[in-house]
Amino acid sequence: MASPADRFYTDTHEWLKPDGDSLLCGITRFAVEELTDVTYVDLPAVGKAVAAGKAYGEIESVKATSELYSPVDGAVAAINDKVKADPSLVNQDPYEVGWLIRIKTDRKDFSSFMTAAQYDAKHATA
Amino acid sequence: MTNTAVTASLLKTPFYDFHVKQGARIVDFAGWAMPLMYKGIIAEHQHTRQAASIFDVSHMGRVKFAGKDALRFLQHIITRNLHKAVVGQSLYSLVCNPAGGVLDDVIVSRFEDHWLMVCNASNRTKLLAWFEQHRAAFDVTIEDQTFETAMIALQGPQVIAKLEKALGEPLSQLKRYHCRQLRYLFFNFTVFRSGYTGEDGVEIICGNKLAQMAMGFLAKSGKDSKEQTLQPAGLGARDTLRIEAGMPLYGHELSEGINPVAAGLGWAVADDKDFIGAAALAEVRRSGPVEKLVGLHIDGPRTPRADAAVLAAGQPVGQITSSCPSPTLNRTIAMAFVPAAHAAVGTALAVDLRGASVAATVTPLPFYKRPA
Repeated sequence: MASPADRFYTDTHEWLKPDGDSLLCGITRFAVEELTDVTYVDLPAVGKAVAAGKAYGEIESVKATSELYSPVDGAVAAINDKVKADPSLVNQDPYEVGWLIRIKTDRKDFSSFMTAAQYDAKHATA
Repeated sequence: MTNTAVTASLLKTPFYDFHVKQGARIVDFAGWAMPLMYKGIIAEHQHTRQAASIFDVSHMGRVKFAGKDALRFLQHIITRNLHKAVVGQSLYSLVCNPAGGVLDDVIVSRFEDHWLMVCNASNRTKLLAWFEQHRAAFDVTIEDQTFETAMIALQGPQVIAKLEKALGEPLSQLKRYHCRQLRYLFFNFTVFRSGYTGEDGVEIICGNKLAQMAMGFLAKSGKDSKEQTLQPAGLGARDTLRIEAGMPLYGHELSEGINPVAAGLGWAVADDKDFIGAAALAEVRRSGPVEKLVGLHIDGPRTPRADAAVLAAGQPVGQITSSCPSPTLNRTIAMAFVPAAHAAVGTALAVDLRGASVAATVTPLPFYKRPA
């Protein structure tokens, strides 16, 4: 299954989607399948500063616990309360309903991130 | 998702193609390409508790012992006393080193003219070498049948009734930890009333040929019915099911550094025969184990991972061996080794959850018992 082409991807399996003056962020289908059933998501408070490449939260599944990394410098503009209440939404739909945080950032150039095609070439899912 | 580069070098069970066709996520488990999950671990777990699941457990070792001294040899290497075992009976046992540490946990079954041991996949080659090392004084043949045979577990409250109908055999009369040899067309297979989920059910060992026929049939019947009773379940659900059932997993609750008495398996250690490790284990019994395996209920939604520290009065005293969010109890459960002084049911402890101290309470094992 091809990853959505309307956004960018990181080596740590996060996606980021520019949306007005902020970025919507989540984790990829590949990451979700590695994790298995997601059971808990720890997200920061709105307003908290995040830094590129630094952990902003944690995600737990039946099998594993992983850190969530911010792709950019910025501040948390919103978190997905639905996912906090029902973490399985991340399994069901990691790209839309299962988004994790919205980050307010000044960054406008995303050319250092992978495109969907580049990400999929690196992490082929069959 | 199947990463062919990863699976190419791995051993494959006769059901490998079935797993791939069913969309399983394949992982390396002790050198075997095994299904971690198909649709989801929690869904497969719940289906097993409510209906019936089929697990491929062909990766487990199957070793046959025959010859004049087969019984005498087994008595020497396993902790359980087999002298009263009757044909068709299976016994859970440990294989220990001289210090009483666990080399593996196994199930040994008696047949007319031989014995069969089922061991963990991760320990099969280690055990075979151990047997070679200790067989000199015995007239015994040891045959690793792992690659000529397959093994599946059918687990869940609906298994026995469904299987009785399908096979025309009164399997409900087969006692727990007993087995029976049956025949389908030209093929022999053995049904064991046992499992690793806390549910009723069976484990079946058969030749590879019959295994392939059976899976072909299952794959066909599973294609168009979402509501199919018997559904495949992977190693992920097998793990959460066995944790709820308080069953040990080698490498977690058992290892060469852990003795069976500490792990709560003293009942599987004979005190009326000699075997490798007997003296050390008699001493552990006399003085009492220093540490004990306990169940823990952990507050909150988070899951500690294996090796997380267990705290008493803020100080690390023990460690988590297995933990999961329990789909049946809807709370986080764990098994842990703690000093005997902290092992009483009801003891308030805490768990270091990635730096945060989270309250935990010692709870009886198993966490889950199937309704009678």
